[in-house]
Amino acid sequence: MKELTLDAIVDNIEEVTSFVNNELEKLSCPASAKNQIDIAIDEIFGNIVRYAYTPKIGKASVKIDVLNNPLAIVITFTDNGKPFNPLNRADPDVSLSLDERKEGGLGIFLVKKTMNLVDYEYKDGKNILKIKKNLE
Amino acid sequence: MNIKTKTENSKLSVSISGRIDTVTAPEFDSQVKSKLDGISELVLDFANVNYISSAGLRVLLMLQKKMNKQGSMKLINVNETIVDVFEVTGFSDILTIE
Repeated sequence: MKELTLDAIVDNIEEVTSFVNNELEKLSCPASAKNQIDIAIDEIFGNIVRYAYTPKIGKASVKIDVLNNPLAIVITFTDNGKPFNPLNRADPDVSLSLDERKEGGLGIFLVKKTMNLVDYEYKDGKNILKIKKNLE
Repeated sequence: MNIKTKTENSKLSVSISGRIDTVTAPEFDSQVKSKLDGISELVLDFANVNYISSAGLRVLLMLQKKMNKQGSMKLINVNETIVDVFEVTGFSDILTIE
């Protein structure tokens, strides 16, 4: 288990991504899975930056666990901000025409479609969002 | 992310390299939007884009809506990872990808 705690600001998305990518490299993660995980980090950490503490700045932590048989990575994002369950949001209707398409809701939808598990809980004043991606 | 733009008459070609994400999407948005006056053909070259998140998708959606009013827009040289993202989100049906 590895954990990183840092300010929930846009400029830190890159640090979170390289923290996770370092682990993925050790696990010989396929490129497509790595891309999907990087996108998930951008979406989830980006959500924390936008919603958790605004207009203030607070901390967020990112924890990595590796599971075996089958090999999988579990990334847990925790913040102490406002309760916010992104999974409550209705999925966007991806069959709508251009003019009918709304701009929101795509990020978490993309995460749900590309990860093997996405789980949210609000516990002890914390938003805890967990994603799991199988690597084999 | 780096952006190169080239204007020939009413055609604007934009070549993007790197990631279009929460950090870089606002710049992608402002760089392209600021050059759209009088443009009827917008070509986005994605050859060197290795990654796009929803922040980038929002910009593409906005650009496509704008270009539908004043001409056309197409994406060229889109790699497989990005095509996957477009397919999952239904963007492959609303964008012109060559």
